[in-house]
Parts: sequence; structure tokens; C-alpha cells
Amino acid sequence: MKKFYFLNHTGEIKFRAIGRTFEEALVNSALATSSVMWDWEKVEKKIEYRVEVDGRDIKQLLVNFLEEILFLFDSQRFLLCSVENIRIKKKKSRHLLEAIFVGDKLHKKYRTKGNVKAITYSEMKIGRNDHFIIQVVLDV
Amino acid sequence: MEFKKINDLTWQIPKQGNMRVTAIIYASSKLLESIKRDKTLQQLKNVACLNGIQKAAYVMPDAHQGYGFPIGGVAAFDMEEGIISPGGVGYDINCGVRLLKTEFSVGGVENKIKELLNEIARMVPAGVGKEGHFRINRVILKEVCVKGAEWAVENGYGIEEDLQRTEEYGRMKGADASFLSKRAIERGIPQIGTLGAGNHFLEIQKVSAIYDKKIGDVFGIHSIDQIMVMIHCGSRGLGHQVASDYIRLMENKFGIKGLADRELINAPIHSDLGKKYYKSMSAAVNFAFVNRQMISHWVRNAFKNVLGSSKGISQVYDVCHNVAKFENHMINGKSRKVCIHRKGATRSFGPGREEIPVVYRDVGQPVMIPGSMGTASYILVGTSEAENLSFGSTAHGAGRLMSRHEALRRFRGEEIKRDLEKRGITLKSMSWRGVAEEAPAAYKDVDEVVRTSHDAGIGKMVAQLVPLGVIKG
Repeated sequence: MKKFYFLNHTGEIKFRAIGRTFEEALVNSALATSSVMWDWEKVEKKIEYRVEVDGRDIKQLLVNFLEEILFLFDSQRFLLCSVENIRIKKKKSRHLLEAIFVGDKLHKKYRTKGNVKAITYSEMKIGRNDHFIIQVVLDV
Repeated sequence: MEFKKINDLTWQIPKQGNMRVTAIIYASSKLLESIKRDKTLQQLKNVACLNGIQKAAYVMPDAHQGYGFPIGGVAAFDMEEGIISPGGVGYDINCGVRLLKTEFSVGGVENKIKELLNEIARMVPAGVGKEGHFRINRVILKEVCVKGAEWAVENGYGIEEDLQRTEEYGRMKGADASFLSKRAIERGIPQIGTLGAGNHFLEIQKVSAIYDKKIGDVFGIHSIDQIMVMIHCGSRGLGHQVASDYIRLMENKFGIKGLADRELINAPIHSDLGKKYYKSMSAAVNFAFVNRQMISHWVRNAFKNVLGSSKGISQVYDVCHNVAKFENHMINGKSRKVCIHRKGATRSFGPGREEIPVVYRDVGQPVMIPGSMGTASYILVGTSEAENLSFGSTAHGAGRLMSRHEALRRFRGEEIKRDLEKRGITLKSMSWRGVAEEAPAAYKDVDEVVRTSHDAGIGKMVAQLVPLGVIKG
């Protein structure tokens, strides 16, 4: 099973991430986002960040989750290559997500690819048929 | 979709459904065809439904689909009833263009273009993940966001005259850095003075045509083959974070019920959140002014180092492409203050407006419209007509035609570089992939966009510039 693939979009980048569980689709959406910015498969597992986000609904949770990648890259030069121990909970009306981001700091041995400015709600879809599917448009 | 042709370059979508005002499109038939192909017009109709919108919702000739508001969108809102929307400004707050003129001619720099590009690239951090040359702390970052380009000049980056020739004089007065999130600040700290990536670039250009000699002279664009430098960049991660933060805060406060599109989320201008967004957005605008101010200072130094002199290098103007502001406009025969959103549109004020620096006030404001990589860019002048037709606004660039995905499939960065070199254009890029994505053929025809602006009267052509050297982030 492919983790994610890209679709045509005039101005921006649109991907679909797939997972047997919603959590797996979320992890793959994080890898899809990373894949636009660096070769995530070549990044070594050297450092970890514990990530906690919440959202008023699942779509906002997804935006906030993926935004962590942009934030850690811009502020800490962190390159994500793996998301571990992802857990989603619902507390009152909020959705909570906890995960460990694993990867390395940007340095000479890694090459960056493109920039992602923001995670958008445009054409966002979260659904399931045989698998869970997450579709996101990135503002690049 | 129902359309009314007003004239060859003006189209109207009459009020329907929940539209409070009509929608107006400035486009040639050819540009209109490409605009119709994506969701631009539906997005424009959505904008026409927002609270307090005045006169009409507009799109400029280079319009294409955006988030919430279309790119190329212009909308003005009543100060009492109206709203302010992060999606009406865009994620890259004060993405904009600065133009420097020099007194060098092609003959004086022809063999030095590569050297100049290398020297500029050595000084100006560009590309994904490239950090600034020095580290500032939070206190300084906040000062930067409040003072804008004034901070840069006070700290030795450029001269007082640069401020006179910058939109808002390089400083949005309403900025308040205390409403920036910790995350916005942390994303901004490493990125001060950087060009960024994507469609951002720095070009050494030559003047290839002058259409209006009198106004060209006023702008300092006086001779064919005169060397110019164009800088296109924005507020980087800091601005992106401000947009994302306030979309989230507004969703949490007001909910998303009834929104045709989540990025249309907005707040009343006079609400607490509306005011905080305006103040934070203004801080991001100032951050972008500082970036362009610092970069132009390094360009001057690079010229000095390579050519022995930076004499005659002065700023023509610096304009915002993504911004919301309070401006006075004539509505129903009365001058009124409104909150104007320009998203992928350039202010285009005609003669006499007090916002224009004194040196240009008799002729109108300079408008810079960059082409895509390797194609011509244009200098226009704002018109009084534009104030009636489009709240004093015109186009901002070529506008994408082809997806990055498709561009990557069709083009190779190395080949594009060779093609450009055959045409006498030197390219220095941080990424082959980025070059392929920004292939000139992936964009609309900027010539057509500019001609439409000229003929529709929302911005008149003054000069054409073509690139000699390009630095792409």
C-alpha cells in the first residue's frame, strides 16, 4: 500500500494520504507534508519532539498537527522522518492528539526541496472506504 | 454562471443568492477563459456575501483560485458593519516587491552578472531552511515588527530616502507585536533578512522598453539598458503563522457554521479578535518590509564589492501584494474610511493621494508587476480611474497556469537553466526542482495581464524590464 500520493492542483500542492487506521493515515499525511520539503526517507532518527495538539474538530486537529512540522522546521531546523506513538483522544468537545516526532536537525548532508507556507482547509477531505484517506492542499 | 459584459475588459456577475454586492472581473476574453477554469469566480461570489462589503467584490486580470478569497481579489468593508479576514490577506502577509534603480548600463555589467549574482547570493540567505546571518532575540524581533523598515535604517541597513519610497513608509503604524504568538515569533527569529523559496526571487534586470518617458523620468527609469534590481519576498514563517493562528482563533471564537469555505473565516473589524488580527498582521507586514530593506542593503554592498561603486543605486518603490488596510475611498459620492483587503493585488493610487510620497505625488504611485522566472516584469503607474474602478488596485503578477506537479513532470531544472542562458539570462538557484516548478511556461502570460490593466485603466504601463540574472530561493 502506498503511504501517500500527489494530485494535480494549479497553484499549490495537493496530496492524499492512506492508512489502515485513521492514525496511520495521519502519520502518512505528516510524511507527505515532509516529502515536499525534504527527502524524509534519508533523514536519520536522531532527535525527538513530543507533540501535543488539539482541535475543535477533526479537520482543525489535522491542520494543527501538520502545522507542527512547519513550526519545528522553521524554528528548530527539525526534519521529520517518523511519527511514533500517535494517540487521539476526545475530551469534552475538543479532539486531542499526542505523538512523538522523530528525525534530525537540518545540516549539510541533507538537501531541502520546497517550502510549505501553511496547511490549508482547501479541498480537505477525511474519509474511509477500504482505507482511511486524508486529502490536504498545502500552500507552497 | 450568469455573466454580464460591461466592456471588452470588464465583466460582471450580477447579485444572486446571498451576494450583498455584484462581482466585477477585469480580464481580457483570453484571461477570462483561464479564470473560469478554476474556482476563482465561485470564491469571488463568496466574498460578495460577506458582511459590510462595499460597492463590489473585484478580481484583477491575473486572478486565480486561492483559499477563501481568490488570488487577485480586492474587497472593501465598512468600518462599522464590516469584517476583516486572514483569508482575505493570504498566508504570505506583505509578500511584495521592491525595485532598485542603478545608474549602470548593460555595457558596464555584462561580464559581471555571474560575479554579481554570486556576491549577492553570498550575502542574501535564500532557499528552504536557510537562516539569517545573525541571530536576533525576541525583544529585537518585536522591535522589528513594530518599527518596520525604520528599524533597519536605524541599524545601518539602507538610508532614510528608502523609507520615503516604501508603501506606508515601511511601517504600518497599527502594528503591535504583543499579539504575535510565541510560535510566530520563534518562526520569525531565524528568518530575518532572508529571501525564502517558492516563487520568491531576486533579479538583476535591464530596462527593455519605456512607454511613458515623462513618468519614467520621475521614477528614475530613464534609459533603455539601464540596470535595475527587483526583490520579491515576504514575511516568511512569521507571517504564515499569524495567518494560521488567527484562522484558528476566529474559528474557535465564532465557529464555522454558514461559511461556504473555512478560510473565509473572519471577525468584525471592531471586535477584539478583529483588532488583534489587524495589529498582528501589521507586525508581519513590518517584518516583511525589514526583510526587503536588509536585502536591498546587501545588494548595494554587492554592487560596491564587484563593480567598485553602488553610486546611483536608489529605491524606486516597495509595494505590498498581500495586505489589509484602512483607506479612504469614494463610496456613493462620499469619501469614507473602509477596510480594504488586497490579496495578490497591488495598490494603484493615482496622482494626488497623500499616501504617495511627495516625489511621485504629481504622477501617481509606482506599481511593480513581476513576471515569472525569465520573463519580463513591468512598471506601471497608478491612476485616478483605478480609485473608482477597483479601490485603487491592479494586478500583481503573472499567475500560475500549471500545477507544480505537472511542471515537474514536464520540465527539468537543468534544461530550463540552459534555455535561459541561451537567451542571455544567468540563473542561480538553490534547487533544480524549484527551478522546474517555476518554469516560465507554468505561468500565464504576464504581457497580457499588464496590457489588460493598462487598457482597463487600473494601472498604466510605464516601462518593461527583462532579467539578466536571477537568484531563486
